[in-house]
Amino acid sequence: MPEPQSPSAGAPLVSMRGIVKRFGAFTANAGIDLDIHAGEAHALLGENGAGKSTLVKILYGLLEPSEGQILFQGAPVRFANPEAARATGIGMVFQHFSLFDNLSVAENIALVLPRGESLRNLSQRIDDIAQRYGLRLDPERPVWTLSAGERQRIEIARCLMQDPKLIVLDEPTSVLTPQEAEALFATLDVLKREGRAILYISHRLEEVRRLCDRATVLRAGRVVGACDPRAETARSLAAMMVGTHVVEVRASAVEDVGPERLGLNHLSLPSPDLHGVTLHDLSLHVRAGEVFGIAGIAGNGQDELFAAISGERLAGASDAVRLDGTCVGRQGITARRQFGAAFVPEERNGHAAAPDFSLMENAILSRHATGGVAGRAFLDLAGARSLASDIIQRFDVRAGGPDAPARTLSGGNLQKFLVGREISRSPSVLVLNQPTWGVDASAAAAIRQLLIDLSRAGSAVLVISQDLDELFEISDRIAVIHDGFLSEPRDTRSTTREEIGLLMGGASMADVTHAH
Amino acid sequence: MSPQILELVLVSIVMAATPLVIAALGELVAERAGVLDLGVEGMMIVGAAAGFAAAIESGSSLLGVAVGIGAGVVLAGVFGVLVIFMAANQVATGLALTILGVGLSGLIGSGYVGMKRESIGHLDIPVLSDLPVIGRLVFGQDPFVYAGIGLAIAIAWFLNRTRGGLTLRAVGENHASAHALGIPVRRVRFLAVLFGGGCAGLAGAYLSLAYTPFWAPGMTAGRGWIALALVVFASWRPFRAYAGALLFGGATVLQLHAQAASIGLPGQLLTAVPYLATILALVVLSLRKRRGSIAPSSLGMPFIPER
Amino acid sequence: MRIDLEARGTRSRTLEVAAPLIALAVAILIGGIVVALLGKSPAQAFHVYFIAPLSEVWSLQEVAVKAAPLVLIAIGLSFCFRANLWNIGAEGQFVMGGLAGGAIGVATHGMSPDAQTFWILPAMLAAGTLAGIAYAMIPALLRAKLGVSEILTSLMLVYLAERTLDYFARGPLRDPKGFNFPQSVMFDDVARLPFLMEGERLHVGVLFALIAVAIGVVVLGRTLFGFDVRLVGSAPKAARFAGFSDARLTYAAFAISGGAAGLAGICEVAGQIGQIQPIISPGYGFTAIIVAFLGRLQPIGILLAGLILSLSTIGGEGAQISMKLPLDMTRAFQGILLMCVLAADVFTRYRVRLSFGSRA
Repeated sequence: MPEPQSPSAGAPLVSMRGIVKRFGAFTANAGIDLDIHAGEAHALLGENGAGKSTLVKILYGLLEPSEGQILFQGAPVRFANPEAARATGIGMVFQHFSLFDNLSVAENIALVLPRGESLRNLSQRIDDIAQRYGLRLDPERPVWTLSAGERQRIEIARCLMQDPKLIVLDEPTSVLTPQEAEALFATLDVLKREGRAILYISHRLEEVRRLCDRATVLRAGRVVGACDPRAETARSLAAMMVGTHVVEVRASAVEDVGPERLGLNHLSLPSPDLHGVTLHDLSLHVRAGEVFGIAGIAGNGQDELFAAISGERLAGASDAVRLDGTCVGRQGITARRQFGAAFVPEERNGHAAAPDFSLMENAILSRHATGGVAGRAFLDLAGARSLASDIIQRFDVRAGGPDAPARTLSGGNLQKFLVGREISRSPSVLVLNQPTWGVDASAAAAIRQLLIDLSRAGSAVLVISQDLDELFEISDRIAVIHDGFLSEPRDTRSTTREEIGLLMGGASMADVTHAH
Repeated sequence: MSPQILELVLVSIVMAATPLVIAALGELVAERAGVLDLGVEGMMIVGAAAGFAAAIESGSSLLGVAVGIGAGVVLAGVFGVLVIFMAANQVATGLALTILGVGLSGLIGSGYVGMKRESIGHLDIPVLSDLPVIGRLVFGQDPFVYAGIGLAIAIAWFLNRTRGGLTLRAVGENHASAHALGIPVRRVRFLAVLFGGGCAGLAGAYLSLAYTPFWAPGMTAGRGWIALALVVFASWRPFRAYAGALLFGGATVLQLHAQAASIGLPGQLLTAVPYLATILALVVLSLRKRRGSIAPSSLGMPFIPER
Repeated sequence: MRIDLEARGTRSRTLEVAAPLIALAVAILIGGIVVALLGKSPAQAFHVYFIAPLSEVWSLQEVAVKAAPLVLIAIGLSFCFRANLWNIGAEGQFVMGGLAGGAIGVATHGMSPDAQTFWILPAMLAAGTLAGIAYAMIPALLRAKLGVSEILTSLMLVYLAERTLDYFARGPLRDPKGFNFPQSVMFDDVARLPFLMEGERLHVGVLFALIAVAIGVVVLGRTLFGFDVRLVGSAPKAARFAGFSDARLTYAAFAISGGAAGLAGICEVAGQIGQIQPIISPGYGFTAIIVAFLGRLQPIGILLAGLILSLSTIGGEGAQISMKLPLDMTRAFQGILLMCVLAADVFTRYRVRLSFGSRA
């Protein structure tokens, strides 16, 4: 184990010097310098697309830098692959877990051990690590049976098996409840005290202020600042990340809430496959003029709920889903669109849009049954072209025109196009799943404003999101989905993040109320 | 049924099952690594032609077998470069491999049609091989039969008990995660595909060197495709593949016996039995599934690492 | 050495057209090497395969006649392949179409001279098409209802179809006065496809192929159904989001390809052959798979690809006679060609970079 040192003293543990990474014409990292000292928690801040993930993939040997050098304890190193990085003392906890659902916990951990190392007493070693860092794990369980928090513990334990000197964590709390995140911070505090360095990537600024000693801010592939996050405010950090002040979303108070436009009535739906979530007896009423938020940790039934509301999966009973009072539970997505509903699923490329299709064709995708782009049998290509152009113009989509393939757009621009595609129809009901996931801050703000404006014009808007900040910013009421169950909705103004966080972790409404 | 006939039937069932299981086990390994190789039929028939030609030219059965395996490996190598390193469509490329293999086997075998050579010998252990019923079944088979059984055991052990097997399964399960951990996904897949090709070539060589033993155009008669079905039928498990192969071997042999006994059904119907059985097996399997997905999750999907 | 693939932003039109041509050139080059290995002259082989059939009116017509079933089947298959449905049993659907339609030809043989006969040929064509559709519905239903892989079932059904045809040619449909030859009577003239021109070899089947190309262009590019087909193949989840049904598309695509193959089958039986025989196809259903891919799954491309493959088949027959090259040479060449086409396709989608060095 490395000797404890005072942070920032002496020579850095790891130095990245002049790192450049190009993908074709696109430069993801444009000459980045970064020093990490033993025993410090170092935050890497930046918007989506700022180059954080690319940089740490280079540090972990997953990507080869186009230019630049990495020094480890002063000596230049080149990592041909992650195995080499691990052998040197760098461990990584991925944002999207690099786990294998059908393998056991022990097998998942065994995969990263150096070649030739015996697997005999693996269970014992897993137990030791688990004990020391408070990471409860059952080595024999297959991964698909575990929660997001448990999965992250495997990742961390796997990383610690090799006694790393530097641990990189990429957005580790994005899938955790606030309470699980606290447990993670406790583990990280132990690691820091042991003298290990932590490189912590996050866009959650409060966390960074809570945990980190130093911060480096990236924008558009360059270092734009370094600071002590504890001496800054979340607001000043955000300004550094974005470069300009982010326009705040104006949420005018709800004047008058109208009648129910979208209703779920005791909706139950068994999971279609082994790894899915079963929906249990969900009821919910979204009224004209309001934004209704559904919070929850990923994998608790959000996708299943979205499919049930959109009609991609049919409910058992016709009255389980109502649009403006009409029972549509047994009708498909096309019929529901014709009743005035519109949908924006989470996955942009591949679900909401076909990546290889042009924007014009993608306009046809969700609009073919509601006029303007297709008749009963034939496409109206001229109509589709003008619709796509309109959306591009009206919603400020940066794209190479209606013929550009969807995959050539950035996340934020494609999302603006997809949200615009639905809003330009003036739907009576709009349902969105993770509407600003992986979208840059200015596009995210624009999208949130569009949702509020749509609701204030008399539509019902349902937003499913993992981002609590987003939900507190735009929704009038919030309910929590956990393991296929939906909580009672709460008025946003009369609830707190802690309360919603407890519900996300599976506490019952009674527990939460009792805690008050 | 007299013990002698029973013994004969059982021995011939095992023999009919052997080429199926060898080819199926090879494909099973490739599929567990995430690659769907529909070229089994093509690699098998080239293995049969090349193996037979080499054995005739050299007079050595062993060399024939080696050339049969080598031919399968070479074809699999072409397939592997295309689908693994160049991300070509696996289904279409596999079909192309089969079409190519059938044509190539005709070219290779054209000078050898009608030739016969001694079949590769059966094991003969005094006393043991003469035991009633089980004597020849257990102690009097040809080397390929034992190779098939050995292969099933070895592959089961490799997949479930070794580090290499764990790595291979991980690659087939989730290639993105495997890559993130630094496992050389494409290399592992390529090796698995080569192994599958070698097995298909071996199965082909068995047909032309021991089973028939001669070369005839189109002699694999869809066995490569049946082997593919076996992998699905066996839920990607080696021992189940063996059991399935025995079932198919049984259907083939019964069909032959029924024809010999001329029981009044049209011969065409009887020769169709293995193909009908394949379809039925797939249907039955789909009916009793629901116990979770068993297919490797990345099966058939190309992996393109960014660098 | 390492191969890196980098997705191209927008695809280049030139490259899309050039890729199959380059593939063809490379395949011819490899084929030439194989010919040389067999101890023959590659130059002569090239001439016999690709030039000689084009030099006579007779063989030009033959190229068109042989291309017709290939194009017809491949147009049908392109609907399946574009939707990521792998119907590789067109050969079986072709055989069943030929058998069902041909059965009517046998049954109406020697009808009394004053009976109405105008309906016979249309009935045969309809029966052939329907039989192809029905046979294709088996793998389609198994896939849509039970999730059984259509690849394996459709292929197994080829073997079953071949044996069924064999049974009928030797059994119920055999010409009783045919000296025990395994074939039916020759159909009456009213049960034969008419020729386009008197005394020539081009029959109406060629016209069907051209019509199929035209329909393919319109349906794939201009209709909602064509949009659905392309969308399912490109992004299946997005197709569900668009409101298209997987099952319905599966049935439709299989019906189209099965119907086209069945129609091609009865055209072959009522056109070229004129009777039921134990074998009616030189592997059209499989060659059509190559045609579909060589034509990049686009109708016009398929038309050209069908002509090229037909040319090589006829050239192959010539080469067998004049150069003693085995017929399998043709099939091997076609396999190589398909491989080259698939490889070339990679270059249209990605920039391929080779780098040398120790990094894995």
